[in-house]
Amino acid sequence: MKPLTLYGSILVGLAVLATTPLYADNYVLRTAAMVAMYGALATSWNFIGGFTGYPSFSTAAFFGLGAYVGALCQRHGIPMVVSWGIATVAVAVFAALLGGIILRLRGHYFAIGSIAVVELCRLIVSSWSSLTGGGDGLNVPLIHASPEELMRFFLYVMLGILAASLVVTIIVDRSRLGFGLRCIHQNEDAAAMVGINTTAYKIAAYTLSAVFCATAGAAYASWTGYIDPTDSFQIVMTVKVTVMAILGGAGTIAGPALGAAAFVLLEEVFWANFIDWNRAILGVVIVLLIFFLPGGLLSLRTRLRRATGGAA
Amino acid sequence: MAIYFQTIANGLMLGALYACLAVGFSLVWGVLNVINMLHGSFIILGGYITYFAWHFYGIHPVAMLPVVAVLMFTLGFVLQRVAINRVVSAPVLTTLTLTFGLDMILYNVMTYWFTATPRRITLDLGAVNLGSVVLPVDRLLGTALALLLTFLLYAVMRGSNIGRAIVAVRMDRTAAELMGIRTDRIYAITFGIGALMAGVAGVVFAMVFPITTNVTGTWLGKAFVVCVVGGLGSVPGALVGGLVLGLVESFAGFWFGPQQAMTAGFVLMLILLLTRPTGLVGVKGYE
Repeated sequence: MKPLTLYGSILVGLAVLATTPLYADNYVLRTAAMVAMYGALATSWNFIGGFTGYPSFSTAAFFGLGAYVGALCQRHGIPMVVSWGIATVAVAVFAALLGGIILRLRGHYFAIGSIAVVELCRLIVSSWSSLTGGGDGLNVPLIHASPEELMRFFLYVMLGILAASLVVTIIVDRSRLGFGLRCIHQNEDAAAMVGINTTAYKIAAYTLSAVFCATAGAAYASWTGYIDPTDSFQIVMTVKVTVMAILGGAGTIAGPALGAAAFVLLEEVFWANFIDWNRAILGVVIVLLIFFLPGGLLSLRTRLRRATGGAA
Repeated sequence: MAIYFQTIANGLMLGALYACLAVGFSLVWGVLNVINMLHGSFIILGGYITYFAWHFYGIHPVAMLPVVAVLMFTLGFVLQRVAINRVVSAPVLTTLTLTFGLDMILYNVMTYWFTATPRRITLDLGAVNLGSVVLPVDRLLGTALALLLTFLLYAVMRGSNIGRAIVAVRMDRTAAELMGIRTDRIYAITFGIGALMAGVAGVVFAMVFPITTNVTGTWLGKAFVVCVVGGLGSVPGALVGGLVLGLVESFAGFWFGPQQAMTAGFVLMLILLLTRPTGLVGVKGYE
């Protein structure tokens, strides 16, 4: 995609989400905020999973830790937005340290290591009751505002996080870092041989994949006002975010956010109509996606172009 | 002192079940290079079939072993042929996501039909006392069956033509093909055996633990840990991994409380992943 078309489409997408309060009810606003939140998560995953090709399933760990750090800060009287900042920095440091350890693994072993991180975080948070409230969860101080104001506020917060993650994606894509990450994806050993510091690059990608998840997690905790371990560290969420990114197009700039939008809307439709079959439908989407659209929605453009003889 | 013997006995009984649970998962991973996220649901499905046969028709769980074995082998074989075979050489992300998607469908179907109510077969066999160590007979039976089934698989892998063909494909796919082995068939058979072992493990589990769809993830997690601890793709690996995990969980539960047992298992797995990714008795060269 040409840069101008790309930036244009991103801006149009963000504008559509941002203008929902002008004409829609709270339900639509909530859906728009969910699109923005999952968009940010999928865009974050893209740094490690899309650019670098490492099958990372740590998203829920970063999201959950962000939620807990943010909630704990707020409970200790730190202002909300500052708490989000602290959560972001803390999880970024955590991811950098963790990345230094588990990025030595490759392939299946990295995938398992990154899943184990989610499970370990959940187990530790639920057994450290003195700090985290254990299985009972934590209440986050409520914001005193009408539901409409609250909804609008969090829509803009999530949109802000999404916009920030997209801007960073564009910067990374155009920089040496992005080039290096794609080299690692193609052939890590060769990349190391031509002088790319693969360890540092991978840690950078892994840390970037954590940063916005943490902010989103902390904001989500303030939004819902209550968090617990099972809800904050879900393996299902981790896989969902991956599927969203693949659905849109892993490794592209706007693909993951587009995939998130498509997925959340699809989920809303099915939630409303077939509540007993929610998981199965998600499963069918995954199977169809892997079989028939492995390159994601954005690859449809290339296919169309080929079908019409290169005219588009 | 007696409490230590009891803890060791509990750990070994649990470990044998873990070995039986993980050996099929390990085989599929080692041979097909696919992480089978369906494994936990296969176990529970085997358990449900046994439970309903016992509940409605009064059939003894042990008698259900061959029935579940045939049903699960067929399910696994067909599933590999129609779905997993299409992505068998794709990157991890693809195979893992696909099997996860299939698992969500199976999970949903099971929850819808069977509901999430925990069910358990109660055989009321009493307990045996060895000094001060108490061994419930249903657990002992489960342990014996789990070891027997694991050993049977080992014998099949070593002794039969199919087993030797599977080992050959695991070691070198191209060379095996040159020797006239039809790898596609072997893949489907291996996946079938993986499902079969999960199913029969489920039969054993139904006698010892409550069966509910909520625990599919837990059993899948155990299979992960056992494979990484023991090493991939070999029956002895799963046995060593299972027994080690059983003992570690048993002692962690005794020292730090039952909540920490699972955490200890995951910590052990992460440490081994980073220090010895081939497992305690594994072979090098599998990613």
